[in-house]
Amino acid sequence: MTAHENLPAVRPRENAPVVSRLPEDFPAERIALVDLLDRVLAGGVVVTGDITLSIADVDLVKVSLRALLASVSALSAAESGSDP
Amino acid sequence: MTERGCWVYGVTDRDPGQELSGLSGVAGGAVRAAPAGGLTALVSDVDLDEFGADALARNLEDLDWLERVARAHHHVIETASRVLPVLPLGLTTVYASEPSMSAAFAERRRDFRDALAVVRDRAEWGVKIYARPERAEPERSEPERSEPEHGSGTGSGAGLAYLKRRRSQLNAAQESRRDAAGAVRALHSALAGHAVRTRIHPPQSPSLSGASAPMLLNAAYLLDQADEAGFQAAVLAASDTHPELRLEVTGPWPPYSFAGEAVHGAGEAEDERR
Repeated sequence: MTAHENLPAVRPRENAPVVSRLPEDFPAERIALVDLLDRVLAGGVVVTGDITLSIADVDLVKVSLRALLASVSALSAAESGSDP
Repeated sequence: MTERGCWVYGVTDRDPGQELSGLSGVAGGAVRAAPAGGLTALVSDVDLDEFGADALARNLEDLDWLERVARAHHHVIETASRVLPVLPLGLTTVYASEPSMSAAFAERRRDFRDALAVVRDRAEWGVKIYARPERAEPERSEPERSEPEHGSGTGSGAGLAYLKRRRSQLNAAQESRRDAAGAVRALHSALAGHAVRTRIHPPQSPSLSGASAPMLLNAAYLLDQADEAGFQAAVLAASDTHPELRLEVTGPWPPYSFAGEAVHGAGEAEDERR
């Protein structure tokens, strides 16, 4: 998982896409929270443990987080059987 | 004395040896390798006061708490992924004890091995595509602060002209959205040609991402290392062809978006015989 050094780091031109590579010493704080939540909330292996609590199980009725997080809304949709 | 639980970051089929020594994870806990039903789990201890079921239900609703925990979780997986094949687990997998974790993982050993085979030596790349704002919604840079709607009830003729103008703007916007949707579909399939697997995430909420332009695609691609250069070239080419779109690429990521899928799909893969 470390052979990324040879790839060109692409700097965005005016009309160019932003291609951001995450270098090995990239500070974790700089990764956009929203990109991270897409992955750690809606991704990763789900194993049922004794205390395991997926965010989809949380009753977020009174909370704005569900509305805020697309991945959470999608999870709940998937749980209730409809296609995301 | 508070009770302790076992937070799991990911699973590997290698022995990390001393590679992860000094690594700290969620709530500052020291990360260690724990035997997990024939595989190795990366775990750390957490206080059940903060990470037990009741506390989690409460804390997961706190965006600051969630951010801290998500970043710590990611930091461990990201660091471990540099030296080991790691199947990342999602938030939040907590066990009362290491033995109960090991027993649970033993039952899933086959799934985990299959999933590890899918993600090994591969990384996830994210591509987000936005409509360029000037195309989607002309003028009006501060949508929150529009002119006062009431209190100036004059001039119905001006109002009508405004409505007409607005309607034709909306029609144009609708048309350009249709064009953009077609372009995005074509781009996605072009990029998918470089990937082993793909996954479409729902568009991100602007209130979290801070982006004002509409997000048209939020996709993840699982790439062999050898295909990364071609993938990036395809992204650059796509963006030259479609000046009306803004592409944003992130990566490499640990294969979060494909770990769960790999496990769930493992049964079917077995049916096709290995």
